[in-house]
Amino acid sequence: MDLSTTYLGLKLKNPIVPSASPLSQRVEDLRKIEDAGAAAVVMFSIFEEQLHHDAEALDHLMTAGNDSFAEALSYFPETGSYQVGPDQYLDLIHKAAAAVKIPVIGSLNGMSNEGWIDYAKKIEEAGAHALELNTYYIATDPNLTGSDVETLYLDVVRAVKAAVKIPVAVKLSPFFSSMANMARRLDQAGADGLVLFNRFYQPDFDLNEMEVLSDLKLSTPYEMRLPLRWIAILHGHLEASLAATTGVHGGIDAAKCILAGADAVQVCSALLKGGVGQLRTILKELETWMAEKEYESVAQMKGAMSQKSVANPAAFERANYIRILEDYKTKYVVS
Amino acid sequence: MDKKKTAIIDGNEAAAYIAHKTNEVCAIYPITPSSNMGEWADEWSAQGRKNLWGTVPTVVEMQSEGGAAGAVHGALQTGALTTTFTASQGLLLMIPNMYKIAGELTSTVFHVSARSLACQGLSIFGDHSDIMSIRQTGFAMLGASSVQEVMDMALIAQAATLESRVPFLHFFDGFRTSHEVQKMEILSDDQIRAMLPDDLIVAHRNRGMTPDRPIMRGTAQNPDVYFQGRETVNPFYNKCPGIVQSIMDRFAKVAGRSYHLFDYHGAPDADRVIVLMGSGAETVFETVNALNKAGAKVGVVRVRLYRPFCGKCFLASLPKSVKSIAVLDRTKEPGSAGEPLYQDVLTVLGEGLVEGTLPFPMPKIIGGRYGLSSKEFTPAMVKAVFDELGKAKSKNHFTVGINDDVSHTSLDLDPSFIIEPDSVVRAMFFGLGADGTVGANKNSIKIIGEETDMYAQGYFVYDSKKAGSRTVSHLRFGPDPIHSPYLIQSSNFIGCHQFVFLDQVDVLKYAKPGATFLLNSSPFKPEEAWDRLPRKVQQDIIAKKLKCYAIDGSRVALDAGMGSRVNTIMQTCFFAISGVLPREEAIDKIKIAIKKTYGRKGEEIVKKNYKAVDMTLENLREIAVPAAATSTRELPPVVPTRAPAFVKDVTATIMAGLGDDLPVSRMPVDGTFPTATTQWEKRNISLFVPVWDAELCIQCGNCALVCPHSCVRAKIVEPAAVASAPAGFPSVEWKDKQNPGKKYVLSVSIEDCTGCALCVEVCPRKSKEQVGRKAINMSEKEPIWDAGKAHWDFFLSLPEADRGTLDFGSIRDVQFAQPLFEFSGACTGCGETPYVKILSQLFGDRAVISNATGCSSIYGGNLPTTPWAQNADGRGPTWSNSLFEDNAEFGMGYRLTFDKHREFACELLAQLRDEVGGELADALIAAPQATEQQIAAQRARVAQLKAKLAGKTDWRATHLASIADNLVKRSVWILGGDGWAYDIGYGGLDHVLASGRNVNALVLDTEVYSNTGGQASKSTPRGAVAKFAAGGKPAGKKDLGMMAMCYGNIYIARISLGANPRHALQAFLEAEAYEGPSLILAYSHCIAHGINMQKGFDQQKLAVQSGHWMLYRYNPDLAAKGQNPLSIDSKPPSIPVKTYAYSETRYKMLTLSKPEEADRLIRLAQADVDHRWRLYQQWATPAPAPAPQAADAAPQA
Repeated sequence: MDLSTTYLGLKLKNPIVPSASPLSQRVEDLRKIEDAGAAAVVMFSIFEEQLHHDAEALDHLMTAGNDSFAEALSYFPETGSYQVGPDQYLDLIHKAAAAVKIPVIGSLNGMSNEGWIDYAKKIEEAGAHALELNTYYIATDPNLTGSDVETLYLDVVRAVKAAVKIPVAVKLSPFFSSMANMARRLDQAGADGLVLFNRFYQPDFDLNEMEVLSDLKLSTPYEMRLPLRWIAILHGHLEASLAATTGVHGGIDAAKCILAGADAVQVCSALLKGGVGQLRTILKELETWMAEKEYESVAQMKGAMSQKSVANPAAFERANYIRILEDYKTKYVVS
Repeated sequence: MDKKKTAIIDGNEAAAYIAHKTNEVCAIYPITPSSNMGEWADEWSAQGRKNLWGTVPTVVEMQSEGGAAGAVHGALQTGALTTTFTASQGLLLMIPNMYKIAGELTSTVFHVSARSLACQGLSIFGDHSDIMSIRQTGFAMLGASSVQEVMDMALIAQAATLESRVPFLHFFDGFRTSHEVQKMEILSDDQIRAMLPDDLIVAHRNRGMTPDRPIMRGTAQNPDVYFQGRETVNPFYNKCPGIVQSIMDRFAKVAGRSYHLFDYHGAPDADRVIVLMGSGAETVFETVNALNKAGAKVGVVRVRLYRPFCGKCFLASLPKSVKSIAVLDRTKEPGSAGEPLYQDVLTVLGEGLVEGTLPFPMPKIIGGRYGLSSKEFTPAMVKAVFDELGKAKSKNHFTVGINDDVSHTSLDLDPSFIIEPDSVVRAMFFGLGADGTVGANKNSIKIIGEETDMYAQGYFVYDSKKAGSRTVSHLRFGPDPIHSPYLIQSSNFIGCHQFVFLDQVDVLKYAKPGATFLLNSSPFKPEEAWDRLPRKVQQDIIAKKLKCYAIDGSRVALDAGMGSRVNTIMQTCFFAISGVLPREEAIDKIKIAIKKTYGRKGEEIVKKNYKAVDMTLENLREIAVPAAATSTRELPPVVPTRAPAFVKDVTATIMAGLGDDLPVSRMPVDGTFPTATTQWEKRNISLFVPVWDAELCIQCGNCALVCPHSCVRAKIVEPAAVASAPAGFPSVEWKDKQNPGKKYVLSVSIEDCTGCALCVEVCPRKSKEQVGRKAINMSEKEPIWDAGKAHWDFFLSLPEADRGTLDFGSIRDVQFAQPLFEFSGACTGCGETPYVKILSQLFGDRAVISNATGCSSIYGGNLPTTPWAQNADGRGPTWSNSLFEDNAEFGMGYRLTFDKHREFACELLAQLRDEVGGELADALIAAPQATEQQIAAQRARVAQLKAKLAGKTDWRATHLASIADNLVKRSVWILGGDGWAYDIGYGGLDHVLASGRNVNALVLDTEVYSNTGGQASKSTPRGAVAKFAAGGKPAGKKDLGMMAMCYGNIYIARISLGANPRHALQAFLEAEAYEGPSLILAYSHCIAHGINMQKGFDQQKLAVQSGHWMLYRYNPDLAAKGQNPLSIDSKPPSIPVKTYAYSETRYKMLTLSKPEEADRLIRLAQADVDHRWRLYQQWATPAPAPAPQAADAAPQA
């Protein structure tokens, strides 16, 4: 059985790729990921804003009180070099690229155009095989139009593409008025792949402390429906690769994504819950399913249930919504 | 000769450079101003920097200087090249070992930044009191008088000790030389190697102890041979001066700088000569040049090798024309025939006269004292000494630099005698510690010193506050080496980096006519600056014809993302307008320096600073100066007129920066000062202050409890009391069903507030409509300033609570107990002072404090003012500081007095029973004093007793009256930090606790030596980075509580105000009530933890939640009742240690420098916590009564 696929121009032994997560923070863990069967790995994201904040916080906290009092002109030793900014991350990429045979994909969230370009170059120089742009922009300014926001995304992709030679994927949020159009424009801007979709921290309220909480819950398999739909819709319309992410918990989920048209399937919550060994389970489930359905290769599956390929393309559109409601009525409403 | 390499470093670094290159072992202990030498050595070794022979020296921190000396002695005895660094009391603690080391003819160099000794008061500043205290030990003493000489003499000493076998003390002046930054030549490895023959090093090693060639040293000797043994060393001492001179000669060939044991400089036919050593010799050198140029014939002998004192060499150094000699000592020996150097000179000349070997007729010799505690020593003072020598009758045993109107020892001087050469650019900068002025100036010196051929010098003066401290930088740049180790007296450039200083200090006092004046006009725009100046400042500007520039520096800093740090901005202005360097070139060089300084902190920091430089040039403005002053604003008085006389006469003078002008007669003769003086020092250091929302408040008292500076206070009063309140004074119904109809008032001393916002952080009350708003909120001070002052004054006029009605176990009630510790100079958001304040609230009116040297003794007892306060009866804590190492013993001494005097009073009462009255006598002896009411009753009885004793002539009545106050319960508190309790004072603390005496030790545990700048103590937790533990503290934290628990009869509590304030209160009450020794370990967050101090109490909670700081009480009284004395008062650890630790920079920084080691240590730290929890659980089973819970009337924030 041939599980190989091509994603971002990279030949992968199978379509399963752990997405950006805390699992990629140590080289030894990356080795475990490779051993468990991952075809590539997306490193955890570095956030330009976070790096700025950390650098400033470190500078502030290490020098607070300095040169103020004759007996204590500083409070910390000068220990020479600190790995501040992206140094630790780049070092990890460098080590990871040497330690594993699978492609290592860097992940970056920038804040400024300059930051995007600068860090992208550094990630490339560190030895990453590809780069995933972890883009999100919460447009809170009422004066900013949707089109302004879209331009921001497109500018970043163009700038980064111009700056690096390695393939560049864009991990997107689903919150565009015209997702399909946005996908095409990103494709035209040079994106080598689209990763659908990003999840964000969504605020919650702590009603005991009356404070706003920010935390990220692991995904549920149901959440896969959104990327599944959009991959099915976009498949065949773009030159860019497509990767599914969010809600892929098992081999069957992966099969669905591939059938919708995904070139790669990213997994995260399943590994955080079940451990890296879960990769083996997912691959085994995928192979079992393919065997049962007599698929010989991933290539054969890819897009088989995309909007272009299914009998009822409207199933991905509005009619779908109506049918669910109808089902609901017939199933639960006692009349 | 090697190509000369220059560097811009200070004296400490220069000494440490040679010490680290030429030794294998350094045993160290922090003490100002020498700590930096040990820090350099430790950091270099942590970085893997090797010594001359390719191995990284071992640097080990000991528990005290005594310990360091012991370790040095041991390492030397076993053959290692070994050194140490110290000063002041630290050197005194080394004396016993120094005798041994010298007696055993052991080669070593101790590097000492000479500092005053604690006498009538402690001083961290420089003089020769410490080094003069060891001149009898047998150590040779070699002095350096400049930063260059420190490096040179350090090496000469090292070479000399190896060749002579006499141990050397290499000294230089604390602060003036140890902290002065100078451009100087660095000795290369080849140069150093050329001075240290390998055979001498091997010989040193071969004298070391080894079981392969067993010997014994350190025998006990009897009257028959000890004396002879003592005399065996004479040939070594006799040869030593010759050896030193030969080494100096070799050094001259190697490095090109020539030195002699006594270096004469001046007219070859001088008639008047000054003899001295240390940095003052540089000033005399410079003044001699100026005077001789003007036609005088004077000279100076600079003493380099003070011990062994080579009389012959000294005589040979003097010009044969000498007619009179003044010997200057930077020390004082009360009761002596003269200070030491004077006596040495006198002895040599006297012997020469007697023996007929004087090469000139016996000159007149006078001795004098100068420069104690870094007192300025200026050319005018030098001239005054020469003038005195020229008089027919010269004053002997004089002082210079002060006005001694008591013993009339001081010389008159002409302050207008200023010899600053025109070729030298002099610049003074007045800044805040927090605004980065000093750091920027150090950078400027590097820019000019390293990038040009100019010589550069920098010296920095700090006040004694830890929050809102003021700094003054003195920078000199010139074409020739700078020999001016004194503050600038006439400045070409004055930078005032904070507008408010113009009201507080005379910043233009030292401006030369025509000088440039740069002002940070914030919060005003440059265009408004002139109109906002006080009239006196305008007049000075006009009179001195100053060229004025201004920039809204704080605004530019904010816009550039620099926060409150105006350093880069003001530095850029300096280069833009001073003309020291061409403008464009200077700006380029600033940017290069920024890259160098901040590069390793991340590119963003660099870019931010670049942006600040560019924005500065766009915003700098020249101010047009009119012909006449236009302002009507006069300078405000330093203290209000209602202040006590001493405060107005003395304290205010010191506060105004004019303490040098105070004559001897104004100073207390024995170091005794009044308390309650911070109230007169309104520092106004915060732009934001808390404002109370009376309606929202639930009156819980948390804000008042935690305020580190006692600025937030509450009272309950009758409604009529607030009827006359000033407009807007807030009050609200007191929410207490038992006590209805009263008003609750809460007020903030906005002029004393440091803006830490801890009060806001702990406020549990949130507005229902707007949850971000609390019952106390930070607000801009300026708009509420006048009203806030009036409200505070009115609040103070309201009656204090009757202590007898308060439940001191309740946070809600403790807020009404008057703090007798207020407005200290501690850091903004200090974690220690809330505990100290609580102590003062609970027991202050009968507390006697013994305070170890450290942060608490500085914010508690550094002049000019003290936060220890008094109540309306004039009662309050009485306070003293003995030393760092003996604090527990000192406090126990208090107890011994009180116990003895109480016992004696009881005996006298028994004898005078009839006169006093039986009922009163019995009550005085036996009445309980457990409650405030009982104590008040006892005070009343003592007053009654004194009234009865008044006028009686019986000696017993006189004695009883003098000690009757001891019949009222005294509360003895021994305060200090972990450096004292865990390290240097541990032996004493252990002994005092074991004594069973009724003393209370409060350890303000910051887990680091905070006051000296963050060195590791045995309290420092595993994995935390500190100085002397740059690679993360490898060992676990010492469990002082458990060690004390082993005695069984000591009350012990581990508390955290942030985690459980009620528990903390309970512990204080139980400790004080316990009729035996008590130990309270109080978690104190600290600036040295690298945290946002506003979140200090959150960090305390995390420490407890992680199990790092378990709360418990061990009460021996429970054991007496058959219960388990140990109660664990915090819940089982609920978060990993990592979660707590990595929210603090002290731990986090190791993950950035050594991630693997950080990971290893944090795992071990977790194991420590797990193990300790299990162990304590076992001890605490079966459990006693449940712990008081955090909740009082209100939930804790």
